[in-house]
Amino acid sequence: MSTESSEQVLDYPLRAHAPLEPPEEWAKLRQGCPVAHVRLPSGDQAVLLTRYADVRQVLADPRFTRQLGQEGAAKLSEDGGSVFETEEAASLTEGHERWRRLLHKSFTAKRVSAMQPRIEAMADQLLDDMVRQGAPADLVAGLAFPLPVWVICELLGIPDIDRDKLAFWSNAMLNMTQFTREEMQQAQVEFAEYMTAHIAAKRAAPGEDLLSEMVAAVDEGHPLTERELMMIGQGILVAGHETTSNTIAKMMAMLLSERSRWEQLVADPSLVRTAVEEALRFDANAGFGLPRFITEEIEVSGQKLPGGTTVVCNMAAANRDEQAYERADTMDLTRSPNPHLTFGVGPHSCVGQALARTELQTTLNVLLRRLPTLALAVPTEELARREGLLIGGLERVPVRW
Amino acid sequence: MRVIVDLEKCCGAGQCVLLAPKVFDQRDDGIVILLDEHPPEAVREAACVCPGAAIKLEDLA
Repeated sequence: MSTESSEQVLDYPLRAHAPLEPPEEWAKLRQGCPVAHVRLPSGDQAVLLTRYADVRQVLADPRFTRQLGQEGAAKLSEDGGSVFETEEAASLTEGHERWRRLLHKSFTAKRVSAMQPRIEAMADQLLDDMVRQGAPADLVAGLAFPLPVWVICELLGIPDIDRDKLAFWSNAMLNMTQFTREEMQQAQVEFAEYMTAHIAAKRAAPGEDLLSEMVAAVDEGHPLTERELMMIGQGILVAGHETTSNTIAKMMAMLLSERSRWEQLVADPSLVRTAVEEALRFDANAGFGLPRFITEEIEVSGQKLPGGTTVVCNMAAANRDEQAYERADTMDLTRSPNPHLTFGVGPHSCVGQALARTELQTTLNVLLRRLPTLALAVPTEELARREGLLIGGLERVPVRW
Repeated sequence: MRVIVDLEKCCGAGQCVLLAPKVFDQRDDGIVILLDEHPPEAVREAACVCPGAAIKLEDLA
């Protein structure tokens, strides 16, 4: 690698020229500049990793800490309000150690599989409404946005009648483009009030849900505090709504943008599982990536990174690494095995990944069964990207059938 | 084939249980339980995609 290329400073996040395409820089960086210097929206500098092996190594190494609030760590955004930047927020998005162990109980593969029939019923109900209103319809508003909130309500034991409220608050807390700062704060206050009352209700009359389990849980002799319970509720909403909604929308856009992909699935729905994994791998609009901070010198890709370096792992770029995947730039719905990095790796990998997989597979199965003639109602290049807080998305996915 | 799981590395993602439910299960805290050390079915995919790299396979001659 030439010194020159490593000294260039790119503005990050990188921009792509089309809604479903990766930024052009990815391939060049993987090839010639695996440890790239980037300028974040705050103006601070960081190091960007785009190779599969490097991203995998860093995410699995605890010396690359998640403490972005530390002295010397790069600020990510101009107002410092990013979800990654406070200790509290970091624990929100990735799950504090203490609750993480407890949370696993609700997210084991068996527990999640047991939820599958309910998730399918919810998807069917949402599609009933969408079909009743007729084509064209927006798959985001009709299905991708509400379904994960409904699932989270089920998980938290929140009554069906309150689903729309939760959906509204979640959107206002996460959507940076549609709401003002005041509206965002208002949503946070209202959500907190609602959750306080809901936790009290679960304490008085426990149900079969995750929150009731958490209320009863005792961790090393200590029950969880009111505040921790609240953080769990909020954390699940933050981590589980926008991410899953956006992924459903992007997965469907990718599958419908090339007719042959959709037809392959219609002809053989047994490919749903590998198709979902491939959509997770192939998503070029996956957002910022995961930032890490080191306090000692560590070598990555043959380069010594000094202590005090902020490192950004771009899992989506790594998922397209030709060194890790054959035909990395081809979406292959039969690809297996597919050890993509989309949920992270190592001890901090996504605690809700089995649930996310189940939601994605169920959505796809229901759409294949109900609307085999589904098609995009606009040209692919007209799909509008949404800048998400945790992960990129699409504003709308207009469809007909 | 012999399956070896590393409980320290396991991060409880549950991928192995989804892929090979006769070979793997999870404890309440998500950590893997190996049900069958010498499974008849192929578990290469489960080993390959484990996000904790906690599953090793030994080919028995």
